[in-house]
Amino acid sequence: MSLFNVLDIAASGMSAQSLRLNTTASNLANADSVSSSIDQTYRARSPVFAAMVDALGSSPEGIGVRVQGIVESQAPLRKQYQPGHPKADEDGNIFLPNVNQIEEMANMISASRSYQSNVEVAKTSKQLLMRTLSLGE
Amino acid sequence: MQFGLDKMLGLNQQALKIRARRSEVLAGNIANAETPGYKARDIDFKAALERAKNGVGSSGLKTTNPRHITSAGSTPGRIDEVLGEMKYRVPDQPSIDGNTVDPLREKAAFMENALLYQANLKFLGSKIKSIKNALKGE
Repeated sequence: MSLFNVLDIAASGMSAQSLRLNTTASNLANADSVSSSIDQTYRARSPVFAAMVDALGSSPEGIGVRVQGIVESQAPLRKQYQPGHPKADEDGNIFLPNVNQIEEMANMISASRSYQSNVEVAKTSKQLLMRTLSLGE
Repeated sequence: MQFGLDKMLGLNQQALKIRARRSEVLAGNIANAETPGYKARDIDFKAALERAKNGVGSSGLKTTNPRHITSAGSTPGRIDEVLGEMKYRVPDQPSIDGNTVDPLREKAAFMENALLYQANLKFLGSKIKSIKNALKGE
């Protein structure tokens, strides 16, 4: 029945958005993770969403969402000259992640709003299902 | 069919089915509100109900011999045939990643659809109640 599919779709949206929230939390937590080489420095991560077209081949009406992968930001890392830092390299430089905290905060709000929309959808479809079950009583 | 519960319940059950499918489509749009390249879709309810009313044609009893009994009148088609082709929404503000979902519009449409579904349920419920009353004959 299609109303059960609505629950699946809303669940896929919630899981995708919570993963997005997860990456945002990780980015914010690691915003100041210092490292001594470019290769080892944390880079801002973000998920790539894709419509669940193949997985739901039998039901082309509603399409859920899935996380296709997680990409790392290619923005340049922050380099600081701090010779006294325990992680400084030979030249006295340390490397800071390319996390843009303002961007991450905006991302977080957007993710939580989208999550809420999906919760509302699931709630409404549950109500509709309950009403349908009590039809004719 | 001269007399049947199907006839008594009328278009309500078809409308309910279309509404349920539409809620699925709209939920898909909301879930994909941030998927790059996703195009928002919708079901044309009016056209679908029109098709349900007039019958889609191909779903009646098949006759392979002239002496077979044909099914009289129009039969409501299978739900997939009734729904027809899905339409794509024309975005007011298309985003740069090719996504055409307007979350507010989709949420409003979903809510409207849910309300109308409940209205439909009410109609169906009262029909069933009146049938029950008639059967009891108190």
